Amino acid sequence: MVNRSLKKIYAILIYLFLYAPIIILVVFSFNASKSRGTWSGFTLKWYLELFRDRQIMKSLYYTMLVAILSSLIATIIGTAAAISIHKMKNFKKTIIMNLTYLPVVNPDIVTGLSLMILFIFTRFPLGFISLLLAHITFNIPYVILSVLPKLKQLDKHLYEAALDLGATPWYAYKKVILPEIMPGIITGLLLAFTLSVDDFVISFFTTGSGVSTLSITIYSMARRGINPKINALSTLLFLTVLLLLIIVNMRMSGESTKKEREI
Amino acid sequence: MKKKWLSYPYIIWMLFFILIPLILVFFYSITIRTDEGLAFTLKQYKRFLEPIYIKVFIRSVYLALISTVLCLLLGYPMAMILAGRDFKKKNIMVLLFVIPMWMNFLLRTYAWMTLLERRGLINTFLSFIGLPSLNLLYTQEAVVLGMVYNFLPFMVLPIYSVLSKIDRQLIEAAEDLGANSFTIFRKIIFPLSLPGVTSGITMVFLPAVTTFVISRLLGGGQFTLIGNLIEQQFLYVGDWNFGSAISMIMMIVILLSMGVMSRYDKEHEGGGLW
Amino acid sequence: MKKRVKILVFAVLLSLTIILLSSCGKENKTTLNVYNWGDYIDESVIKTFEEQYKIKVNYDTFSTNEDMYVKIKSGGGNYDLLFPSDYMIKKMINEGMLQKLDFNNIPNYKYIEERFENLDYDPQNEYSVPYMWGTLGILYNKTMVTKPITAWRDLWDEEYKKQILMLDSQRDSIGIALKMLGYSMNSKKTEELEAAKQALIKQKPLVLAYVGDDVKDKMISGEAALAVVWSGDAVYMIRENPDLDYILPTEGTNLWFDAMVIPSTSKHKTEAEKFINFLCEPEIAFKNTDYIGYSTPHIEAKKMLEPELLNSIAAYPKEEELVNSEIFDDLSSVIREYDRIWTEIKAE
Repeated sequence: MVNRSLKKIYAILIYLFLYAPIIILVVFSFNASKSRGTWSGFTLKWYLELFRDRQIMKSLYYTMLVAILSSLIATIIGTAAAISIHKMKNFKKTIIMNLTYLPVVNPDIVTGLSLMILFIFTRFPLGFISLLLAHITFNIPYVILSVLPKLKQLDKHLYEAALDLGATPWYAYKKVILPEIMPGIITGLLLAFTLSVDDFVISFFTTGSGVSTLSITIYSMARRGINPKINALSTLLFLTVLLLLIIVNMRMSGESTKKEREI
Repeated sequence: MKKKWLSYPYIIWMLFFILIPLILVFFYSITIRTDEGLAFTLKQYKRFLEPIYIKVFIRSVYLALISTVLCLLLGYPMAMILAGRDFKKKNIMVLLFVIPMWMNFLLRTYAWMTLLERRGLINTFLSFIGLPSLNLLYTQEAVVLGMVYNFLPFMVLPIYSVLSKIDRQLIEAAEDLGANSFTIFRKIIFPLSLPGVTSGITMVFLPAVTTFVISRLLGGGQFTLIGNLIEQQFLYVGDWNFGSAISMIMMIVILLSMGVMSRYDKEHEGGGLW
Repeated sequence: MKKRVKILVFAVLLSLTIILLSSCGKENKTTLNVYNWGDYIDESVIKTFEEQYKIKVNYDTFSTNEDMYVKIKSGGGNYDLLFPSDYMIKKMINEGMLQKLDFNNIPNYKYIEERFENLDYDPQNEYSVPYMWGTLGILYNKTMVTKPITAWRDLWDEEYKKQILMLDSQRDSIGIALKMLGYSMNSKKTEELEAAKQALIKQKPLVLAYVGDDVKDKMISGEAALAVVWSGDAVYMIRENPDLDYILPTEGTNLWFDAMVIPSTSKHKTEAEKFINFLCEPEIAFKNTDYIGYSTPHIEAKKMLEPELLNSIAAYPKEEELVNSEIFDDLSSVIREYDRIWTEIKAE
């Protein structure tokens, strides 16, 4: 019992650490002053102004679109790649893994600029698609790195047993391997989404006119000071996600507990 | 071997978007633009060997290492808690772990400044309970804190995903045989989670070496890191050749050390079970 | 499992259709691609322009001159109108990246103050129309200093140890040190730069931090006594915290401009000129300067401002107060020297 409450306290402390800045951010979205330096009263004006801001709304749209698409596509390509990398022999595996580390180890500015030059050189128009391609590129390694450990953990005979029992390879995959590595895939998807939402440098250099992400909009506000409209937007997004979580949670508790264990 | 085709999309992708850019960076790093055109040179690499640049490089690796170790120490217990049976809503807990990272990075970092400032919330609280205020912001510790904060999920999630499906029977069997919980952790849980730990370390350490916004904001621009150096070369100085050379050196050094680490990983993979 | 995969596939398909649909719905209007600093225009102005001229404006933002330059230089953006700063304009002119403007299409140019014509970065006044301008100076907290602050020298005063915020910008910080030593802010001489480096190394223990835009929140909340800031931000900070005051250092300072230019790759030059002309209409120029809070070079817009603001040294310094001031020049290859010095200072 002591053990359990210790765990609880530890978890609470870690979550507090994670959410402390978020609380600050939410509080300051109601600050009448534009500055974080003073508190000059409660206001909702940033929320009202937010919806009138075309620039922010446009970037929100592209941010979401890029993040969702790139994390999904990266997860599909990355998971497939991880499965076959896992089967590879030493030498080949080393080369591929080292190349996979590159986008992770390279500074964003190098990745961003070299991709931009690649696009310009191949006459590929800079815009939404080039942005998406760039995001998928830096997302894939994280998916591979998330899925590989799960594959290493996998019982090698599971798949063969399924084949022996008459399953087609694809069916065996779907029913045996995928459920086993699902936590890794979900981890990869979540990390990819997170990276995509947060990226500034690579996005800045690989996008074209008319396509801007929230990060670009926010960083470019830096010289004049980040407008509290952004805090208001973040608060709303945060609440939306929380609300969704609660709804999903309630529906899930309604269903059988078997489903819960699946993820 | 029927699965080979599964990697083709990725290999094609890699050739295009990773290998070609890499060749490009390498090309920049060994050339220099003179009046007669392009000339090959290793001058850029030599330049990096100057003491100030080495100093910056060592500091970056040092800070990234500390952050990685802290992430591991803080994150491993958290991953175990998430994977354990103590809480019911595991999925929700895991999601709650990444949601803060969906808020913009710059906003989160600014919020940290509000917390750490001289007249910030932490110091206000300290003086409220009668303690002297601390110099928190603009120190190396603040930079490390920023890194740990931003990279923690990248450590916790892969470890969690590995831990979450460790065979319960294995642990129960060990318990039946009289192993105490520490022995179980050392002999069973930790070795089994190693692939996750390796991934976590990779995803924290590698980006931490080259981060530059955290050190600029939380370190008050006083601790130049390798990321700042590279950014300066590409954007402010316009010396893409030197910038590329720094990236190449960093890439080689780090990938070599990763190679050493992966050997260590392999030794444990098969043998560490029992 | 199956259900989840289906949902995934569905989501991908849905988003793809959305993209396709949104790219099809284009009207047959000319599109003007404008590239400006973030939060640097009253957005209603864009809408008014679109309605009046039947031109669609694609408005994008950048965060530093250098980011913008690298992108344009590599051919990474098909923009028609840019808002770079002085030294960057000079660099772009030198590298042939800008087009000469046709001032016949910009009749409203007559509203721009005469003293802002033929400035160093565009000596023949062929390429640019100033948008905003200002100075660099010291912002100090009256409650935290004992003596009057008058000069850059005061940033080297031991009394303010760990109370000073410098800019995390090599150009500005080295420029300040040069000016303090009595040299030109655009110095390219090795000895002078070496002296500036020594001065900055000597100053380092006194500096609380080298900061960027976060200086505003810091000074408003009273985290430091002295800070190097740009004038437009000073006006805002003083409004938020009346304990603050702004001075122009006696050694002379930096005078900066953000101006409108058209890159040579632009295919919509006349439309871009229409937009420049539109931004120079008195009402519109006033709207922008009122929203941004920076100083306008526009005669008529200035007249609409509050007299209090016009008398502030931060917003509209008198001409005699600017005698020693310099505009940043393009350093070309000497920038490497600056970078090395800055790295050495930081690595100390």
